[in-house]
Amino acid sequence: MAELTEIRFHGRGGQGAKTAGYILAVAAAEEGWNINAFPEYGAERRGAPIRSFVRISDAPIRVRSSVREPDIVVVLDDTLLETQNVTEGMDDSDVLIVNTEKTSDEIREQLANPNVDVFVVNATQVAMDTIGRPIPNTPMLGAMLKAVELVPLQALKNAVDKRLGEKLSKSAIESNYAALDRAYEEATS
Amino acid sequence: MAETKAAVKGNKVALEGNEAVAEAMRQINPDVVAAYPITPSTEIVQTFAQYVADGKVETNFVAVESEHSAMSACLAAAVAGGRVMNATSANGLALMWEILYVVSSLRQPVILTVVNRALSGNINIHCDHSDTMGSRDTGWVQLYAEDVQEAYDNLIQGVCIGETMDVRLPVMSCLDGFILSHSYELLQVQEDEDVQEFVGPYKPDNPMLDIDNPQTYGPLDLYDYYFEHKRSQMEAYPPAKQAIIDQGKRFGEAFGREYGLIEEFMTDDADFIVVAMGSTCGALRDVVEAQRDNGVKAGMLKIRAFRPFPAEEISDALSGASAVAVLDRASSFGAHAGPLYHEITSAQVTYSNIIPTNNYIYGLGGREILPEDLSSVFDDLHEVAEAGQPTEPVSFLGLRE
Repeated sequence: MAELTEIRFHGRGGQGAKTAGYILAVAAAEEGWNINAFPEYGAERRGAPIRSFVRISDAPIRVRSSVREPDIVVVLDDTLLETQNVTEGMDDSDVLIVNTEKTSDEIREQLANPNVDVFVVNATQVAMDTIGRPIPNTPMLGAMLKAVELVPLQALKNAVDKRLGEKLSKSAIESNYAALDRAYEEATS
Repeated sequence: MAETKAAVKGNKVALEGNEAVAEAMRQINPDVVAAYPITPSTEIVQTFAQYVADGKVETNFVAVESEHSAMSACLAAAVAGGRVMNATSANGLALMWEILYVVSSLRQPVILTVVNRALSGNINIHCDHSDTMGSRDTGWVQLYAEDVQEAYDNLIQGVCIGETMDVRLPVMSCLDGFILSHSYELLQVQEDEDVQEFVGPYKPDNPMLDIDNPQTYGPLDLYDYYFEHKRSQMEAYPPAKQAIIDQGKRFGEAFGREYGLIEEFMTDDADFIVVAMGSTCGALRDVVEAQRDNGVKAGMLKIRAFRPFPAEEISDALSGASAVAVLDRASSFGAHAGPLYHEITSAQVTYSNIIPTNNYIYGLGGREILPEDLSSVFDDLHEVAEAGQPTEPVSFLGLRE
């Protein structure tokens, strides 16, 4: 992994973009990386577009402004592509992962920069089948690992347990593991 | 400090700023917390209240109906002889105002975490320093944290600073709202017993519940003695300065992270020094290093203790520079510049070390400060040095004009 990896999540309030960032940060921290994760807070309401940011680095992270040139962008809701420029600040070699029923070619047509490396997965369906609720954040982390091997899948599972273990039942945690595994399998470029 | 941090990377944990503060409060295990939650410090009070409910601390948690009552209850618990803590932000701090003065006047070492947030109006929940800058004359010690680790560390040291016998002053431990309070960072959390040993048991001074030695607090105090009492309060601030230095050293010896009144970053041979407080100091370190890579002798001066104000130390730290910039995250409406600028230029005059100094107001209401904004300040300082005087009385960073 590069010296500094910057990740930006685009989601809607209630989809878990903030939690996804925290889980990823905890997993990276467990693997020995320096991390920083924070969401962008506006007028908080369910359904409003929100972004969250993660930095992972081998050096201490001192900058705390939002991620403007992400290496990886994760989109939790493909309707955001209609109103947000999710590829803003991305180079052609950077990776975009979208929760969608569409193919990566169909997604590319909606992008300001269609040259980025696009991965797609139907994370909402995965979440419905495994967790029983349309919360796409954990499956999208699994899909992200398929695109970029940021941390081992097991580290993500440990982080899910660490971050959500107190709030969720053991079976709900198991469902989140299943969601991670299945989205990892199903993500395609 | 950065080197020591890297050395302990192995056993760090990831926590949000507010969680780290609540964790320090749990480890300190104060006698009383009276609080009324407000964004963005809500999670501190919420998490701590859960610790109380779960029996993880022995604290009496007083749920009150406003911040004015919260600080009043803190004051009462403190004069009764308890170790007392609280947390708030912005409008909550404003509602405590009247009692803030009484707490410091009665020399009660109440510890208050302030998660810095813009004061209304209009309503804004994001970071600036207008809340604590407004309370700078209330007699409280003020420490500002650069990162989540320092917010955790400052709270623990704050207890010892405030409780030093010749200090006995309340302490505000400040951290930037959202930027730190809701930022997930790695930090070293010390063992419970080590924190307990560092803060030690509380020794109240003339507590009201010592019924064998009756005390009076807060009586009528008119022109016959009030002035003398205020004069004696002023005597507490030089020892408070010393206590910040002493406890910062002691903390370094105990936990490997040493702190002082100010921190000089590459200032020794610096031509251009930028002065800031809080989380902005982090990005400034990156910018200073980038400037150095380009051959510019850049430096950063971090103000950790704003009250008591380390005027002489700051004047000395800036004395070798040819131009200085002071970054203010608050406006002092009606004044000719921001509050930190006033203090620093006044220190330069008092200690006869006048360096041409520009002022920048930035980040009001959470407006982002970007590394390129900070680089532009160093660019300006070349002109300030050439002119030999400030080129703009006040400029604004990241503002649409």
